[in-house]
Amino acid sequence: MAPAPQVKLTATPGQTIGPFYGYALPYERDNELVNPSRTGAVRLHGTVYDGDGTVIPDALLEIWQADEDGNVVAQAGSLVRDGYTFTGFGRTAVDNEGNYTFTTLNPGATDAGKAPFIMLTVFARGLLNRLFTRIYLPEDTAALAADPLLASLDAADRGTLIATREADGALRFDVHLQGESETAFLSYPRS
Amino acid sequence: MTNTTTGNESFNDSHALDPAASTATQETVSAEIAGVHDAYRAAVASGGAVETQPRIDFAPYRSSLLRHPTKSLHHADPETIELFSPAFGQRDVHALESDLTIQHNGEPVGERIVVTGRVLDGDGHPVRNQLVEIWQANAAGRYIHKRDQHPAPIDPNFTGVGRALTGENGEYTFTTIKPAPYPWKNHHNAWRPAHIHFSLFGTDFTQRMITQMYFPGDPLFGLDPIYQSITDPKAREALVATYDHAVTSHEWATGYRWDIVLTGSNRTWMENEEGDH
Repeated sequence: MAPAPQVKLTATPGQTIGPFYGYALPYERDNELVNPSRTGAVRLHGTVYDGDGTVIPDALLEIWQADEDGNVVAQAGSLVRDGYTFTGFGRTAVDNEGNYTFTTLNPGATDAGKAPFIMLTVFARGLLNRLFTRIYLPEDTAALAADPLLASLDAADRGTLIATREADGALRFDVHLQGESETAFLSYPRS
Repeated sequence: MTNTTTGNESFNDSHALDPAASTATQETVSAEIAGVHDAYRAAVASGGAVETQPRIDFAPYRSSLLRHPTKSLHHADPETIELFSPAFGQRDVHALESDLTIQHNGEPVGERIVVTGRVLDGDGHPVRNQLVEIWQANAAGRYIHKRDQHPAPIDPNFTGVGRALTGENGEYTFTTIKPAPYPWKNHHNAWRPAHIHFSLFGTDFTQRMITQMYFPGDPLFGLDPIYQSITDPKAREALVATYDHAVTSHEWATGYRWDIVLTGSNRTWMENEEGDH
């Protein structure tokens, strides 16, 4: 692939989300990309930790993903959910013990043979700029083995990006901002 | 593992809410900031890269110590979902949500201001029909948030939350009240410069960002480890709005202009490349 073209303008710096987003950014059913009673609804959940392994009670997470057929949807209504329209976007503030839950769908492969993943953005008090990562579904091991990003990581980093499928069908994905199990965070061209 | 938000929350014991809170003096923290900045200047002088984003490892901001990744970010070539952003529309955001002064029965106290500007991508293209969210303290420096127990008055006519969709030229406008500085627990006698939090989306989800807009001439700039986590002075200035008398309106509100630049979109050039096969 050719190198990304240079940007013309310098991006505005980010800043921490701070401690007081709780009355501003969360909204009703923000973490319900689909109604929990819908066929195919999946719980995506986990815990956010700091470098001491202590839970972080003031982080905000957002996910953005394709639908079950691997289509990227362009539907309004993420902020005012009707309970039926899948918009692909969700947001949630972690609870006092650092836990989060989204109700969503398993994303499909966007192209045949591609490993499906959910994009995750992490904001937190104490975190001076947002972090991006990917939550891969664990099932398609051949696709995972062929994934260019995963192939570029060592085994430990690779493991941090693949969710665990629990007995009830839920996906578990913990986020470690620092430490031995530090999640692999991503940078993209043109930033 | 501790539950840090139960029990009696008051400003006097709020350091207990922040395990990284410190009794360090402003002089100590300012000296730490100066040390990082001096090292940065020396690095640039000897050919090092100019920084345009905050350091995520910035010890003067104590809460960052255990909350920043220590490994460098891994390069990813964006794929499908990463080349698009969620769509927001009139269904999501009502036009009146951009006026923070009309959300209650009475007029909020403070200096009424208009903040306007454009959201652009790294190529200078306007980001159209995209969501901008803001939140802020009131004219006394108090947030409507249970964890803000600083003894300044709550304004029953001001919540401090707004939303807007950008227009065809990437433009947004909020009417609000100028927020005040407020104390926090990073160190002894720590005060944040007055700011408005901004949350932004681009055309690609990789452009997602949250930042803070500041006001020109704030005497607290030099003392604030969050603002100073951006080591480059030119990059820091990009977060400061400009007073614009053309935005100010007769006998109504003073005006500030602030443009926001997101990172570059990857969709167009990558799609073109796919077409080149």
